[in-house]
Amino acid sequence: MRVRYFPVAAFAVLIVAIQLATHVTDSAYHLTQLTMTAYYSLLIVGLCMLIGYAGQISLGHAGFFAIGGYLTAFLTTRNLAPHQGKAVVSLLSKSGMLVSRPDIYGGDLLTVHPLLSCMAAVLLAVVIAYLVGGPVLKLKGHYLAMATLGFGIIIYRIALGTEFLGAADGISDVPGFPLALGLEITGKSSLRVLNYYLAWGLVILGMVLLLNLIHSRVGRALASIHGAEDAAEAVGIPTARYKLNVFVLSAAFASLAGVFLTHYNGGIGPSEASVMKSVRYVAIVAVGGMANLWGSLSMSLILNYLSLRGYFGTFDDAVFGIILIVIMLFAPDGLLRRHLFSDLKRLVSRNAADETAP
Amino acid sequence: MTLLSVREVSKRFGGLQAINGLSFDVARGSIKALIGPNGAGKTTLFNLISGVLEPDSGEIVFGGAAVQEMSSHQIASLGMVRTFQHIRLFPKMTVLENVMVGRHVHSRAGFIAGMLNLPFTWKEERRIREKSLEILEMLGIADHARTEASSLAYGQQRVVEIGRALACEPKLLLLDEPAAGLNMRETNDMGGRIAKIRDMGVTILLVEHDMSLVMKISDEVVVLSYGEKIAEDRPLAIQKNREVIRVYLGDDGC
Repeated sequence: MRVRYFPVAAFAVLIVAIQLATHVTDSAYHLTQLTMTAYYSLLIVGLCMLIGYAGQISLGHAGFFAIGGYLTAFLTTRNLAPHQGKAVVSLLSKSGMLVSRPDIYGGDLLTVHPLLSCMAAVLLAVVIAYLVGGPVLKLKGHYLAMATLGFGIIIYRIALGTEFLGAADGISDVPGFPLALGLEITGKSSLRVLNYYLAWGLVILGMVLLLNLIHSRVGRALASIHGAEDAAEAVGIPTARYKLNVFVLSAAFASLAGVFLTHYNGGIGPSEASVMKSVRYVAIVAVGGMANLWGSLSMSLILNYLSLRGYFGTFDDAVFGIILIVIMLFAPDGLLRRHLFSDLKRLVSRNAADETAP
Repeated sequence: MTLLSVREVSKRFGGLQAINGLSFDVARGSIKALIGPNGAGKTTLFNLISGVLEPDSGEIVFGGAAVQEMSSHQIASLGMVRTFQHIRLFPKMTVLENVMVGRHVHSRAGFIAGMLNLPFTWKEERRIREKSLEILEMLGIADHARTEASSLAYGQQRVVEIGRALACEPKLLLLDEPAAGLNMRETNDMGGRIAKIRDMGVTILLVEHDMSLVMKISDEVVVLSYGEKIAEDRPLAIQKNREVIRVYLGDDGC
């Protein structure tokens, strides 16, 4: 067992402890928000790779989240029964990629299987990330931030203005997502505990993949691009390709998060694509220490949970805006930096030395 | 035998002809120095050779391949690696990690293999670490392997940068002012290191202002002035070249 996996085990224990605590205190309803927090955290850790490790900002990741969520919502609610004669529909039907279920009026609904819609959603997000990332990642700093912000706004306006995506109402009545072994991502309260573990299990899986990545040759290359791009290029690292790949990777995480949360919530609305969501994600990565997957994950757990429980009230967006401003002003390297403890120790020992000095 | 051949290369920045029809060769296994007054075009030439800039005209041939249109990372993977005049380390990584990045072109684990932590990457990582430690030991800075690169003394940072370049196992090492900012003792050590690297079979092209270092270690010297070559010869002959003396000291010196 390698040292890098110890925190994973510790985190898994924490997740179990939280569930047990809600069980003992008879407050299992908290698990709903904690499950939603898990899916947002999936996006956060992907974004942390992009911002913290590779040093490339994105203010458009809510866009990728929405692409995933909206496409799966659309495909799994669109009734294909009237189109049964068409070749594509019958082909899908024969390969078992369509499911039939009763709609709320008692009629029969024929829709795409969530597994297929999930794959389609992630594929679309990946393709768009490649197309957008190619030109956009040539930019640096503020310019990259503005370009990705523009992308996010475009996605938001499309979601808000498109009739078949439900315009301002979004899409509702999205079915659960049946996985293997009888597991299902769904908001049914009877499956609440199961879904809580399922969601955090997916986050832990994502964390293991990303922790492996940052400790690999690729992780070193990404960190070197962050440190000195020209020098990375000079020792043979194709910096443009690596930046694009990590951008696409983070977009895939974001779209998966969008797919899962949409099936869990049973719907998605345009607010998921809004710019303030993107700002919130960046703020969480920043307060989590930028190049610190565990810091970002723990901050995501705390802040998303508080926000979803409504502790910030009407100041919800303002809180995250203020967090971002304060972090940029006073701790641009992030709050929970990798070397926070050694820095604190040095600070304390310096003070101690001052006191002993005559 | 020629390793690098610069042929009729020109580069213009707006109204400034930075490099003008420049040609010279670097023989395999030699140390060649580029000197010239400030603004002669030495760093521009380095950027052209290493692929940071593209020449307006002319050809740069490295190991038989025309490289003038390749990007930096492609040129590096062919075996031509540079250092920078202003040290460009990865500041938040340790000395060892800095050098390990240099092993990039000699390893192959990609995004998928990295994320899945595939068994072949374990062996690869171990080899990367061993080789990098070997290089640090050869350069005499293995004691600092776990130190954060930005906290090292300036002279040591230069050595780390060279170590990182050596990790690529270059055929040709381009050193941009390796002695800049070093004191006399450090400069002397640096000269010894460069000679040692050459003895390992690495060809070296360097830009340097410290004449005692240049004259001591170079096999041949190219003198640039206003983007043109005014002399190319062995160090002793360069010292007596009237044109070189005129460029450095002015007409009155003659």
